[in-house]
Amino acid sequence: MSDNKILRIVARFLIPLIMLFALYIQFHGEYSPGGGFQAGVVFAAAWILFVLIFGLDLGLEVIPERAMFVLMVFGVMLYCAVGLANVLMGGMFLDFSVLLESPQAAQQAGIITVELGIGITVATVVMLIFTMFARRKREQDALEDEA
Amino acid sequence: MTLAQWMPFIVLVPMITSGLVALLPGRNLPWLMTFLAATASTGLSLWVLFGIDAEPLRYAFGNWPPPIGIEYRVDAANAWVAFIVSGIAMAALLWGRVSVHQEIPERQNIFYALFLLALAGLLGITLTGDAFNVFVFLEISSLSTYALIAFGHDRRGLLAAFRYLIMGTIGATFILIGIGFLYMMTGTLNMADLAERIPAVADTNAVRAGFAFIIVGLGLKLALLPLHLWLPNAYAFAPNVITVFLAGTATKVALYVMLRFIYTVFGGDYSFGAVPLATLLMILAIAGMVVGSWVAMFEPNLKRLLAYSSVAQVGYLVLGVSLVSLIGLTATFVHLFNHALMKAALFMALGTVMYRTGSARIEAFYGVGRQMPWTMTAFALAGLSLIGVPTTAGFISKWYLILAAMEAGLAWLVVLILITSFMAVYYIWRVIEAAWFKPAQTDAQGATKVFREAPLALLIPLWIMVALNFYFGLETSLSLGAAEQAAQALLGAFK
Amino acid sequence: MMDVVLSYFNYWVVILLMMIGFYGVIAHGNMDKKLMALGLFQTSVFILFISAGKVIGGATPVIRDGVSVFSNPLPHVLILTAIVVGVATTAVGLALAVRINEAYGTIEDDLIGDPSHEPEEP
Repeated sequence: MSDNKILRIVARFLIPLIMLFALYIQFHGEYSPGGGFQAGVVFAAAWILFVLIFGLDLGLEVIPERAMFVLMVFGVMLYCAVGLANVLMGGMFLDFSVLLESPQAAQQAGIITVELGIGITVATVVMLIFTMFARRKREQDALEDEA
Repeated sequence: MTLAQWMPFIVLVPMITSGLVALLPGRNLPWLMTFLAATASTGLSLWVLFGIDAEPLRYAFGNWPPPIGIEYRVDAANAWVAFIVSGIAMAALLWGRVSVHQEIPERQNIFYALFLLALAGLLGITLTGDAFNVFVFLEISSLSTYALIAFGHDRRGLLAAFRYLIMGTIGATFILIGIGFLYMMTGTLNMADLAERIPAVADTNAVRAGFAFIIVGLGLKLALLPLHLWLPNAYAFAPNVITVFLAGTATKVALYVMLRFIYTVFGGDYSFGAVPLATLLMILAIAGMVVGSWVAMFEPNLKRLLAYSSVAQVGYLVLGVSLVSLIGLTATFVHLFNHALMKAALFMALGTVMYRTGSARIEAFYGVGRQMPWTMTAFALAGLSLIGVPTTAGFISKWYLILAAMEAGLAWLVVLILITSFMAVYYIWRVIEAAWFKPAQTDAQGATKVFREAPLALLIPLWIMVALNFYFGLETSLSLGAAEQAAQALLGAFK
Repeated sequence: MMDVVLSYFNYWVVILLMMIGFYGVIAHGNMDKKLMALGLFQTSVFILFISAGKVIGGATPVIRDGVSVFSNPLPHVLILTAIVVGVATTAVGLALAVRINEAYGTIEDDLIGDPSHEPEEP
């Protein structure tokens, strides 16, 4: 669809805004409606819009599949690492208040880190799901062309 | 750290490891990590099982005091089920390394990561004290199970997984509706808190509807008779390791949750007094025992045969519950363990034969007994345990079930248990007959097919499981003691 | 009579959607349609939860000056989790449907035939 000028220009205009909006939801999640789940999905939507217009090959140049996979695990690990850090510092799992001197600041720092992990994982998982479906179709078409 | 602080790591270890395993290259490293994680969970749950006393262990996540935060609350019943689940996972992995190499040559890291997620989900259901958390963990374990079932070569595995997905999701959504009704009526999700608040609103249709939704949803997950249709194909077409794992754990955990809702959340008086649950469960259990055994007697695919036998065994488990007595519940809890042991051993033996012959059809077993004597002897011995011959673990379960039936004054139930046991003799005998008394298979040219004995990596775990079947048939202090404690923990607080 | 309809409006919507979804799951042979109906079925439960969290006259549950009545935020959080579960279920279901289509050439239940009899086992 990349030959359609309107689509291309509107997408160029929209994609950065969508990403910015995702980051806004992400980093305001701890004291206003929002958080990692929503931000991750919105962020992934920006990438998927990019792929729909410019094609999967270009999309995978932006972020290779292997990188998505590693980031997906990284997000979960970040979540778990924060949780385990709390245990090591003498608190309960995911009890952020032991992280820093002031419990309030620690709660905020903890939830932001955890939500970041969630955001990364959700965004990459949605991208991965999309990639796998999109690629599968192409592979099947290629097989049929050969036959 | 204290025991209570270590307890959540039973769930956390496999869950965290699953992420790492997904990144590991090769075939042996993911297996090793998975096995170590399962071993750690088993060790921890054994420690919890022995360390637990009258007071339940409690752990509040994020240090949010319950009922605000999610709480893990472990008494003798949870600890026992958690030990069974993690122990069977460990045994399945020990046996499964070679079998997985053959069945899933590629992407083993994903396979093992999903396995760990399924394990973490099942353990999470077991330990949590929060009703909504049950739903979340249920879906974690179910979703990874659907994917694991579809991992096999067999394309029918895909259909089985899809049907399981549809039915499993309906079941989970039913549970969610039930929890929603309870939440609307009480404003809490913590199980202990629910138990306190439900009596005040017990006489409302919303609570009754919630109860019904939860029991039906769990009945689906448990494969109680009319809701069992997903089970045979899911077991039959999954990779053998997954069959061993699921047969020992998935339905058991669903039964545990059902018991937890019946006794802890609603209370025995409500579940069996205000609602005629016992009669219903007894009818379905008996139907499950008879129909499951009956179908197994004529099933040509041996994996499906054992799967239908599992439907019958679920009947035994639920029968113990429906008798509503301490001894009946003890029978259920001891059978949870013994059935996991015998079914794991039987599916392992079947998988070991399939490792050589590649088929689960009964014709593929013709003459195998003479060619793979060690494997088929193990199958026969585990079969004895399934039938319930004295000195095996299966005998202990049946004995306690019969005692419970006698105590309730239901002599006809004893006769029924004996009849279904004879049906088990018949379907196990079919396999034995095929393996030893039928001429070996011939190929197209008429030459006899020769199968070598299975490798030791499969035989040793298999024989360990068979030996455990006999060990727990003779030395019952651990299994019976733990089962009795578990039953008392459930009954005690609300009797 | 109208009162009963109107005051339980959200429940009527839930029941209607639930029944449409449940009927669809059972009645449709096409696996994609089954998944859509399953999604509808789940969504009805989400509405059940979320409408239960609404407090009439309540504001967004963010603490600030001059507001004392808040809607209950907990159902939303629960349903956020349930939605994620629903997305995952749909993804796994569609992935299975794609692979079934590759293996059998169709995703119509009737055309696949009974899995226990066809084709011959290996």
